[in-house]
Amino acid sequence: MIKAQRKGLEEIIKMIGSKKKLLIAGCGTCVSICFAGGDKEVSMLSSELKMALKNKKITINQVVPQRQCEKEFNQEIKDQVVKADLVVSLACGVGVQVLAEQFPKAKVVPGLNTLFMGPPKEQGVWFENCAGCGNCVLDLTGGICPVARCAKNILNGPCGGSQNGKCEVSKDTDCGWQLIVDKLKSQGRLKDINKVWEAKNWQTARDGGPREIRREDLLLKHQITNK
Amino acid sequence: MARFKSGSNLEKVFLSGTLAVTGELGPPKSADRKVIAEKADILKGYVDAVNITDCQTAIVRTSSIASAAILMERGLEPIVQMTCRDRNRIAIQSDILGAAALGVKNLLCLTGDHQSFGNHPEAKNVFDLDSVHLVSCLKNMRDKKIFINGEKMDVAPKMFIGAVENPFADPFEIRAPRVGKKVAAGADFFQTQIIYNVPKFKKWMKQVRDLGLHKKAYIMAGVAPLKSAGMARYMKNFVPGMDVPDEYIERMVEAKDPKDEGINVCVDIINQVKKIEGVAGVHIMAIEWEEAVPVITERAKLLPRPTL
Repeated sequence: MIKAQRKGLEEIIKMIGSKKKLLIAGCGTCVSICFAGGDKEVSMLSSELKMALKNKKITINQVVPQRQCEKEFNQEIKDQVVKADLVVSLACGVGVQVLAEQFPKAKVVPGLNTLFMGPPKEQGVWFENCAGCGNCVLDLTGGICPVARCAKNILNGPCGGSQNGKCEVSKDTDCGWQLIVDKLKSQGRLKDINKVWEAKNWQTARDGGPREIRREDLLLKHQITNK
Repeated sequence: MARFKSGSNLEKVFLSGTLAVTGELGPPKSADRKVIAEKADILKGYVDAVNITDCQTAIVRTSSIASAAILMERGLEPIVQMTCRDRNRIAIQSDILGAAALGVKNLLCLTGDHQSFGNHPEAKNVFDLDSVHLVSCLKNMRDKKIFINGEKMDVAPKMFIGAVENPFADPFEIRAPRVGKKVAAGADFFQTQIIYNVPKFKKWMKQVRDLGLHKKAYIMAGVAPLKSAGMARYMKNFVPGMDVPDEYIERMVEAKDPKDEGINVCVDIINQVKKIEGVAGVHIMAIEWEEAVPVITERAKLLPRPTL
């Protein structure tokens, strides 16, 4: 689901600075699946750092909790985290922040760049297909998201830059609206796109400020009284 | 069509039944009003109104509304281009009001080239609205005196509402219905992408007529003079949504005076498109070559322009 890519070794070494006792903390969920922060990637970074910093007498520990975004799982790695001078987290940005908040004295730095939500396209290729806008319209577009898959998130697409099924921004990127047109046509409902869509309410997206979900039916008694 | 939605010269020319002619002016990459004034003076008298581009291909230039004010001082009528790339709905509506207060009477609604084409590819884009939303927003401001949020205003911006379509983009089958969508949203006139492939344009115009759209809005055929064979090849291969047939590239390659030949090709295309039923005008995009417009309009027998 969440896709990420590892930062370059040089950038990671810069963040490490003069720290000696390192912990590399991966994550066993999303970033394992996209080969950015699982067991193998944690070991690889460890080897790369040992080679690059062999004269600096560093020690490197490795851990891969099941999910770095949930504190329960991070409790299992508490000892390693607190003993380290620096934690290089190979989790997504969510995991890095949870770990940093959970262990306030620990210095946690990101070893990955978190990119998007999306599925695999083929072996070794992933693409973004959901922008998390908070107001899903996939019922109208044949299951293809114009917000995530159009470079201009056009709701009344396609724009005049669509050619041979590709986006004007890159010949490697499919035009989301060409896909929508093809899909609606195959379902005999192409005329649906003649409807003028209203301007979108972006309050449910990131534009409305940082978002939070609060499920009253799931809250425990003490949460309600504290509120 | 109802009479005088905006009272712009362009609207009056359309209503008079004369083939309308518009030109284009790209503001400079500096605060030099002289450049705008000089370009304007070249076009004066040869066109009915002048498009002013809004940071075209996402390159920072003097604002289209500020440039429009300079044009009006010099007695030309501007068509202010407005994109959704750099403004959210707050800025868009504010700029529409400001342009109207300055006396702007034509506004062309565009989604806008993606910023990755331009000279600030690092920029965050906006695209809060798209071109169809922008048309609809302007229509509601003008005719219902309401903002997007439904609030009322006292004085409406009386604008002639322009939109664009690219008959050469894909998927072809939705290109005419897309005009219908913009007409439904409130577009009064259209300017097309630059036409070189006339047979394809004819095919598109037939679809437009079959949908009855040429009776609901004025369609202007977009043309542009080629400057060189290199420019023709560049447009064919690198400009998204451009379709330049090889016959014109060959004409440019063989020409002794490529600039003159480019003007001739442009005139040939104007002569072909103006005969097509439903074409109400031509939009001449002489990119950084304003001097070509007097020659083109002369050779295509589009002069004198009416004074209404």
